[in-house]
Amino acid sequence: MRSCLLCGVGGQGTVLASRIIAAAAMERGLFARTAETIGMAQRGGCVVSHVRIGEQVPSPLIPPGQADALLGFEPGETVRNLKYLKPDGVVIVGNRAVQPVTAALAGMDYNAETMLDYLKSHVKTCIVLDTDEITRSCGSPKALNVALVGAMARSGVMGLDAKDIETAVRARVKPRFLDMNLKALQYGADCVRG
Amino acid sequence: MGNEAIAAGALAAGVSLVAGYPGTPSTEVLETVAKRKPDGVYVEWSVNEKAAMEVAAGAAYAGARSLVTMKQVGLNVASDPLMCVNYIGIKGGMVVFVADDPGPISSQTEQDTRHFGQYAKIPVFDASSPEEAFEMIQEAFDFSEEHGTPVIFRATTRVCHSCASIDVPVFKSPAPAEGFVKDSRWVIFPRLSFESKKRLEAREPKLAELFAAYKRNTVTGHGRIGIACGGVSYAYVMEAIAGREEEFTVFKVATPYPFPTKLAAEFLDGVETCLVIEELDSVLEDALTYMKGNLEIRKEIKGKRDGSVPCAGELSAEIVDGILEKLFGMPRRIQTPAFDDMPSIPVRPPVLCAGCPHRASFYAVKKAMAGKKAVFCGDIGCYTLGNAAPLDMVDTCLCMGAGITIAQGLNHADKASVNFAFVGDSTFFASGITGVVNAVYNQADMILIVLDNSTTAMTGHQPHPGIGRTMMGEVSAAVSIENVLKGIGLEFVRTVDPLDYTKSVEVIKEAAALKGVRAVIFKSPCIAIVKSGAPLAVDSAKCVGCAKCIRELGCPALSFSEKKAVIDETLCNGCGLCAKICPTGCIGREEA
Repeated sequence: MRSCLLCGVGGQGTVLASRIIAAAAMERGLFARTAETIGMAQRGGCVVSHVRIGEQVPSPLIPPGQADALLGFEPGETVRNLKYLKPDGVVIVGNRAVQPVTAALAGMDYNAETMLDYLKSHVKTCIVLDTDEITRSCGSPKALNVALVGAMARSGVMGLDAKDIETAVRARVKPRFLDMNLKALQYGADCVRG
Repeated sequence: MGNEAIAAGALAAGVSLVAGYPGTPSTEVLETVAKRKPDGVYVEWSVNEKAAMEVAAGAAYAGARSLVTMKQVGLNVASDPLMCVNYIGIKGGMVVFVADDPGPISSQTEQDTRHFGQYAKIPVFDASSPEEAFEMIQEAFDFSEEHGTPVIFRATTRVCHSCASIDVPVFKSPAPAEGFVKDSRWVIFPRLSFESKKRLEAREPKLAELFAAYKRNTVTGHGRIGIACGGVSYAYVMEAIAGREEEFTVFKVATPYPFPTKLAAEFLDGVETCLVIEELDSVLEDALTYMKGNLEIRKEIKGKRDGSVPCAGELSAEIVDGILEKLFGMPRRIQTPAFDDMPSIPVRPPVLCAGCPHRASFYAVKKAMAGKKAVFCGDIGCYTLGNAAPLDMVDTCLCMGAGITIAQGLNHADKASVNFAFVGDSTFFASGITGVVNAVYNQADMILIVLDNSTTAMTGHQPHPGIGRTMMGEVSAAVSIENVLKGIGLEFVRTVDPLDYTKSVEVIKEAAALKGVRAVIFKSPCIAIVKSGAPLAVDSAKCVGCAKCIRELGCPALSFSEKKAVIDETLCNGCGLCAKICPTGCIGREEA
């Protein structure tokens, strides 16, 4: 069984990303379970999606210390959820911070670099994606989720390859967004190369 | 998703009618039925859960299979028909789907629907996974029809909102219902209820006997430690005991009411000690304890009552693992990695979206009432988030529609303050109208603010009676909130666009100067259902860094950088509220 935790801020597209990973696993004939944050927290709060794939998956929630991969849509949330990662797990993170309103009000904005440095020094493999560059090259900030999944596929950490993921993306995104998402997949994969 | 599996199961069972009211985590069941139904299935978002329950009961009286969907607090609203319909019974299978919310993650209470089953004497099915839910709801329909009783199908968030791989058949149209056959059995009277009560009491042990043989109530393993569990707790237990199963005997309860006593007795008999793992209330634990007393079994039962299991909040495999260590000295299988010197991360509570018209409405009322004594009663919906700083515009929130009537109580107790009630459009229809009638009839002094964003936003944008479109996709007559209020007898009813800041403040001031029941409808669509406008930008040369926009609005698109306000163009949808309140006029449309 392999597990992937996705974390970010409500509205960033974690649910679609977790569905794509689960669908790709099903393409491979594996069983998949996911658990997602839906409801009030989606309004700009912390959101977490659990994806677990394998021959058998006992429960939908990943226990602490058992995620093979942590896909972070935002540096602060990634640090917040680091306890879920296995000691040798892989972190793939978008580098742009989304400041909570509470932080802006209190003048306590956190520094994305501090978070990324912490991740790099505490995680064996940390792949950082340039969120603004994804927005520029794919044409929308909404492409971040699929770029993270693309990087995850290339890293091989979930035992899924680019082809499985691409099939799942083609089946799950609306035709007019397909080009953007295929670009994002490729962008994410390229970040892992070398 | 579990909710999709439940919908698929209902369609596979030949359901003819589905009615419900949106509420997390139940909403997707009805939406999935609407999306995937074959011809001949009727589906509606009812005005509230009580209406939905009665619509479903009517269809079941006529012999059709019906499903009614709601969240746990929705069952409080529908409890009147629920308590009665069991006395009457049904002809077509009737399943009451209720989603419980341990945590609670998205609800006012952590109530446990299994109690409602016991209370109403209605059998309860409790699914432990999406794939089980898919099959179990089909069995629930058969059981309902066979025994002429409505049944409750209970699931919790981690079943409703978790996905699993399931093969779904092609759905066939349901067989036509026999139709309503007139009979005195359909009319509830004290005499009939007396007889029904006797029938229900006599039925309970018989159903318990049947459930003891139901294939989804299981006892597995031969270990000395017994664990009784049900619903998603079963999944957590199986994960926590993986690799050491020989130590355990697991009793999985799929039907908490009537409790499968016979199977439970066999389970208790075979173990040295018993632990009950369940979320919400101690329903299984109490049933086991009662049975233990009745059968004079001497076994220790550990659970919520003795504090072995947390009395509130969700469970997880990690928590179960910790309980096994604490009670039985078993080694931990799940270790939470420790991280030293972790940088502090600010909390991130949910907020109103950037550009949400509710922010503008709250801000206008706040400004209009500045320095005056006023109380702001809130209600259930996205706009509950208006309580957060810096708006701080929700002083009370209780349950659907309650803000309107709480404002009246406040007014009768304290005449000195101006009492506002904020209610969303969907909530207004669901349970707000009677409160307004009450206010007019009893001569309350209050201002009703209807936040009309043309959708049921919090639960994912469902249509409602004010929209003019049904869940079947048909155009229907839109019920006008303004006309409803005028019809009730309100003389002061104004509709304003909250993004027109000056006008909004003016209208609130005008309303505040009057007496009686006044209403202001702030009408502006939810930003999620309309195309976003062009983002605004801060002219940093002109920005003096006063941070008024940030301090007063709390918009997630606004932050402070190098002593200047900045707008995140990926979040801003150009509502323009910040530009209107900026004292230096430094916020404007970015040049194209």
